Amino acid sequence: MAQITLDNIAHSFDPYPTSEADYALKSIDCQWEDGGAYALLGPSGCGKTTLLNIISGLLTPSNGHVLYNNKDMTLLTPEQRNIAQVFQFPVIYDTMTVAENLAFPLVNRGIERSEIHNRVTDMLQTLELADKADRKAQGLSADEKQKISLGRGLVRYDVNAILFDEPLTVIDPHMKWQLRTKLKSLHEQFEHTMIYVTHDQTEALTFADKVVVMLKGNVLQIGTPEELFDNPAHTFVGYFIGSPGMNILPAKISGKSLKLGSVDMQLNKGYAELTGKTEIGIRPEFVTVTSASEAGSTGMKFDIESIEDVGRQKIVRGKVEGEIVNALIDEDSEIPSEPYAVFNADRICVYQDSFLVNGES
Amino acid sequence: MLELAGVTKQVGAELHINDVSLKMERGSLNILLGSTLSGKTSLMRLVAGLDRPTSGNILIDGKSVVGVQVRRRNVAMVYQQFINYPGFTVYENIASPMRLAGVDEKTLDKRVREAAELLKLTDYLDRTPLYLSGGQQQRTAIARALVKEAELVLLDEPLANLDYKLREELRVELPRIFSETGAILVYATTEPYEALMLGGHTATLFEGQVTQFGRTIDVYKQPADLTTAKIFSDPPLNIAKVDKTEAGLIYGTQKLGEAMQGLPNDSYTVAIRPHHVSLSRNDRYSVRTIATVVSSEISGSETFIHVETEQDRWVLLTHGVHRVTTGDVIEMFLDPSRYYVFNSTGALVRSPVQISETA
Amino acid sequence: MNKPFNNKAWFFVLPVFLLVAISAIIPLMTVVNYSVQDTFGNNVFYWAGTEWFKEVLHSSRFHDALGRNLLFSAIILAIEIPLGIAIALTLPKKGIWVPVCLILMALPLLIPWNVVGTIWQVFGRADIGLLGYTMLKLGVDYNYATKVFDAWATIIVMDVWHWTSLVVLLCYSGLVSIPEAYYQAARIDGASKWKVFKYIQLPKIKRVLLIAVLLRFMDSFMIYTEPFVLTGGGPGNSTTFLSIDLVKTAIGQFDLGPAAAMSIIYFLIVLLLSWVFYTVMENYGAEKPDSRVEQD
Repeated sequence: MAQITLDNIAHSFDPYPTSEADYALKSIDCQWEDGGAYALLGPSGCGKTTLLNIISGLLTPSNGHVLYNNKDMTLLTPEQRNIAQVFQFPVIYDTMTVAENLAFPLVNRGIERSEIHNRVTDMLQTLELADKADRKAQGLSADEKQKISLGRGLVRYDVNAILFDEPLTVIDPHMKWQLRTKLKSLHEQFEHTMIYVTHDQTEALTFADKVVVMLKGNVLQIGTPEELFDNPAHTFVGYFIGSPGMNILPAKISGKSLKLGSVDMQLNKGYAELTGKTEIGIRPEFVTVTSASEAGSTGMKFDIESIEDVGRQKIVRGKVEGEIVNALIDEDSEIPSEPYAVFNADRICVYQDSFLVNGES
Repeated sequence: MLELAGVTKQVGAELHINDVSLKMERGSLNILLGSTLSGKTSLMRLVAGLDRPTSGNILIDGKSVVGVQVRRRNVAMVYQQFINYPGFTVYENIASPMRLAGVDEKTLDKRVREAAELLKLTDYLDRTPLYLSGGQQQRTAIARALVKEAELVLLDEPLANLDYKLREELRVELPRIFSETGAILVYATTEPYEALMLGGHTATLFEGQVTQFGRTIDVYKQPADLTTAKIFSDPPLNIAKVDKTEAGLIYGTQKLGEAMQGLPNDSYTVAIRPHHVSLSRNDRYSVRTIATVVSSEISGSETFIHVETEQDRWVLLTHGVHRVTTGDVIEMFLDPSRYYVFNSTGALVRSPVQISETA
Repeated sequence: MNKPFNNKAWFFVLPVFLLVAISAIIPLMTVVNYSVQDTFGNNVFYWAGTEWFKEVLHSSRFHDALGRNLLFSAIILAIEIPLGIAIALTLPKKGIWVPVCLILMALPLLIPWNVVGTIWQVFGRADIGLLGYTMLKLGVDYNYATKVFDAWATIIVMDVWHWTSLVVLLCYSGLVSIPEAYYQAARIDGASKWKVFKYIQLPKIKRVLLIAVLLRFMDSFMIYTEPFVLTGGGPGNSTTFLSIDLVKTAIGQFDLGPAAAMSIIYFLIVLLLSWVFYTVMENYGAEKPDSRVEQD
């Protein structure tokens, strides 16, 4: 188990990079705590898998160092780094049984037979695969295969970290829930450092203690799920996290007063003089749809374009002051005939040139 | 109108599709919802004419199309994998079905550009698929299906290989894009949430059988049986086997509510959706139960708490951030008016809507 | 299995069916006809029943030739399959060298049988051939025309040179289809190269490998041109394989009856052994993916 430090990591797949655009990873500095659960979240092509492979040792970075417990690992192979990795498509050894699959990494390391037997038996119990121990791994379902891939890492009690590369991609929705909770409880039980790559915000947010949001080879924000939800550091983070993402609207701000189109509002915090492009962000969860009488002075006319009933919630899409605004309302809520939108002033974030500005209360 | 009448497909000893009857209107969006191997793809292949049913009939506007070759039928299909001609530009990829149909150059150009505009591909018309992202490739495949002006458009998990955010955007756009074509749309997915986002009608599939077919939101809110309710729930449905006696609904050593009127004393299955379980009591959430925390997930805006009740594994979905520790025993509050009650054969005997109406 | 059903398809098969009928079935029936009759010339035939079959099956000449065939096929498979796998494993999987290697590998496959025979016949001669000359200079008494071992060795080397590429190409196609994640997982699991081969590469190329075995077996069992061009079946009868013996019987001695019976037996042996291979192949690779699963 290890604390992982990324010291000024940059990587280019081009052996002779000429410009910054040639770099898949620009410049990454992070320190990840021993025993933490981290998620690397971002759209495809943001460099998250590249970064994962650099941490695991499948790739050597063009620049910078990877340290485990302050020991430089940059030039070491995955086996020397003693990590485990679970891939997008389950990797199993077809000709072996489930138990043999789990024993494989231990056999390779020359561990004593009785010890292997004990650990494999334990792991079969933990993964709820005991009844399938002697079956060929080939005929199992995708989620069972993925459990085996994970189990091959977990049986090596001393692994420094377990890395996941979009491990739930091929799993059916119902099984995803089960496998994710399993993962979560295994993390609590074994306390390994876990790093999880995904483009799926739900997976990232529910799995990780801290989420690393990446875009175009850069880290935009590292934070707990709550931080990412409440105070996205960049408008992209606001958009990428949440479903639908944060509403971003151009606005004029001076001190505590906010001007949105023709509407004036008071913010709870004061802001210093802002230059460049100023915007506010408000999550659909914090937009209330109400009638003119209940909206009060901060209500803005809401031109609703569509209402999607998605079961437990309704997604209301429309425009406020000519800008697209989505609102999330409860399944039982009714929409008044002349709807008004009210933004929760506590939850408004202010952005200057797409980056979050902190106000003073 | 597309009509399936008692369609069955048997391969070897296996029944891939078992006696499916459905009617789909022109201009409608029809979702096939079910897990992997539930028969979605098999059903699509039958409808497309790629396979011939073992028995039963498939009719379009009252005329049987069984045995009519695929290329003689006006069908467009989009797959999970992005399938484009690798050597063609986006423009030529979109144009290809019209070239085959011999559409004149002017109309062709107009339709390609319209479709590209609709799917935000205008800037990429000169590129070959190799230089496109997954989302752009899939949009190209969709554009090709669109310009074909097929009477039947089949989409087999078209968004499954795309990024979450892209999926979210296309889910909103796709129904809008296709609703204008007047085609019969069939859309397969494994994700309940995707079905709800798309709207339209949904047929839930289980082991080759359609368990229910109706307006998507109706199937979600009024599942006819336990199987349908389970298929159409994400997070998974919370289920409790209860015995109804004079004393109430008995669940192990706990009570899940007073005896419901009008139901004979028997064993029932009570199902409740994860967001209808609360951590605090108020006038609606009146039934108290206890459970042990297995794990919890905090998504920033919501908390999922996985618990073990006496006999089952449940999940609670609550707004906001709630910190609980594994092993904690917590109180949960249920609203009996939110219960789905199924009898021993699995048929729905009480649903939340009925209760609120009678209350 | 999941093919659409269409009666018209039969019409497309018809020309091929007719072609096969004319080119294969009719001659085969002639052979069957010959195999059950005897003649003393002048186109007068007598019914001989299973006489020729009994004679062929009991002749030591047939047994010897069959033995040679089996030995030859066994040696060929024992050399070409492991060698082919070994070469396939060393070929690069990506980069500019891939097409170069593949073309080099494919070259021998493009050369006709009799040309291969002639090339090696000349190559091995002590007076004008490079190989024969070198051997002579090295003090090795190499002569395929007089020494049984040398003749066999030459034919085997010829066949290996000619056909190992086929095994290489088939295995290579199987190897490149293995996703990179398997190798990465194996590295992380600490597997040795041998274990990677045994547990990942071999299972994944099993199916193409069995096709390679089947093809190489059938082809080597029907060997004719190489020994014919090299020594005409000699020295003595040492390289007289079934096919050569058959031609000798039919054309050399004009014993049409025994030759016909022999060719039918030969044909049945090939059919039987191919069927055995096929069944083994089907059962060996039995865990077929579900036809409804689109991807794994």
